[in-house]
Amino acid sequence: MYEKDGEKYFIVDGHIHWWDASPENQKNKYGDGFIRCFYDYHKNLSPKEYVWPLEKYQKYSQEDLMHDLFEVGYVDVGIFQPTYLSDFYVEGFNTTERDAVLKEKHPDKFILNTSFDPRYEQQGLEEFEEKVRRWNPKGVKLYTAEWKGDSKGWKLTDEWALKHLQKCLDLGVTNIHIHKGPTIWPLNKDAFDVSDVDDAATTFTDLKFIVEHVGLPRLEDFCWIAVQEPNVFGGLAVAMPFIHTRPRYFANLIGELLYWAGEDRILFSSDYALWQPKWLVEMFVDFQIPEDMQSELGELTPNIKRKILGVNAARLYDIPIPEGMDVADEGTTPEITDKPPVPVGT
Amino acid sequence: MIERAALVAALSKVRDPELDEPLTDLGFVSALGEDEGRVTARLRLPTYFCAPNFAYLMVADAKTALLSIPGVTEVNVVLEDHFASDEINSGVGANESFRATFEGLANDELGDLRALFNRKAFLVRQEKLCREVLDAGGHPEDLPSLRLADLPSSRAAERYLERRAELGLDMSPGAPVVVTANGTRIAGTRIDEHLRFARTIRISVEGNAGLCRGLLATRYGTPDPEGVTT
Repeated sequence: MYEKDGEKYFIVDGHIHWWDASPENQKNKYGDGFIRCFYDYHKNLSPKEYVWPLEKYQKYSQEDLMHDLFEVGYVDVGIFQPTYLSDFYVEGFNTTERDAVLKEKHPDKFILNTSFDPRYEQQGLEEFEEKVRRWNPKGVKLYTAEWKGDSKGWKLTDEWALKHLQKCLDLGVTNIHIHKGPTIWPLNKDAFDVSDVDDAATTFTDLKFIVEHVGLPRLEDFCWIAVQEPNVFGGLAVAMPFIHTRPRYFANLIGELLYWAGEDRILFSSDYALWQPKWLVEMFVDFQIPEDMQSELGELTPNIKRKILGVNAARLYDIPIPEGMDVADEGTTPEITDKPPVPVGT
Repeated sequence: MIERAALVAALSKVRDPELDEPLTDLGFVSALGEDEGRVTARLRLPTYFCAPNFAYLMVADAKTALLSIPGVTEVNVVLEDHFASDEINSGVGANESFRATFEGLANDELGDLRALFNRKAFLVRQEKLCREVLDAGGHPEDLPSLRLADLPSSRAAERYLERRAELGLDMSPGAPVVVTANGTRIAGTRIDEHLRFARTIRISVEGNAGLCRGLLATRYGTPDPEGVTT
């Protein structure tokens, strides 16, 4: 919970990790390259006082996480989004099994999501069912750029991906978090394109699709989908830290999201330990669209901030919101429209 | 001996297809040398995991651009510090297609990908041009009848025309300015939403370009042109 100027905010961090990218756990040069790439994001976009040494960044403790999120970071509930990267790390980067250690110790502090990889086909389907039985998750985090031997990625429209999504529906795993990365099969396609989410969201209207990074670097593709599909949401991981480095750009980004997706479908995320929720929450609550941009982009009210910081995610995950921190109205979600007549063309 | 300026000029015509900016402006060229017609260029990218298809395009385009300089007989473009450096360097070095370079991982060449981003770049440049026209006192209701012949001589107009010509759209003086990426005229009633979506593409691309510059600076310890601006 965060309180400022008489306003209270219930904080749900929609995307957190407890990873192990230590040299001992790196399988190959790609594991090293991956964490160094993350580290550059961390260093480039964090305030100086929040930058960790590389060694700590590679592997931080349970205590670090509990401290940064709950003792100083104002987070009420954090949602674990596992990212396996089994081809890069011996024990995986951030698996459901690893996150479960913390979930078991602090059941009220965490939502534990799991994951699946459709390329394991029938065997994967069975293992996924087993994971759901074991942890009873309400969501999955899917990374479509994950490498698996010779394969450099997959799409939500692949045959076995659809079977897994059907299984999600059958088992009540209704929140599907999608994270796009730089590779895909086939490599000649744009790996960041989120149009497969469009197809999946149309097919599975009872599932909610949360596009991580609000589609960045393809914000426009995400907005295009969100305006048509009421069951598509955007997670602010990676977008949030621009609030510090480029506040006017952040204002534009939030303006776009409010215009296309509306205030009810945007979720706060720190992507911890990429960034820390403490400064993100403080800056976001203090943030306002610069005056000269307000005629175009409007203003951020405390209620809009409350929804983004916690209420929207709490609704997706049935997390009880303490009294005085909920937002009664349903907001001003833009009307869902037909495809806007502005194709980039094919 | 070939002037260094000629090498830089050739590379300044090669752009990052996603960001629609020259490699030279983005800081992606880390070294450039020439000896008796043999040119070596080294390229570096903001992250180890930058998308391999765009990386391949930049390396291949840099090679083509340098080879087009009179007197250049041999070009070696080296991509540094990338997960697919080996594949791309040897593939482009041997003039292999993308599909052959990433055997089994691709089912086509990169023409469609490049064309898609050319169309996005065109829409972004068109939106910037329209904003300039409106900022200069133009009226939104006049945009539908705006023709190429009416354009001011400005950098934004120049950049717009450059991408428009590249897409093969109608360049005659009477052609309408506000069109889809396929060249279809936009009806007056739809211009607002057309430009509204183009603006979203612009914000996406501007954000990526800023992030890429920042990550490159962090990665190589160079000054960050996109550093904190508060």
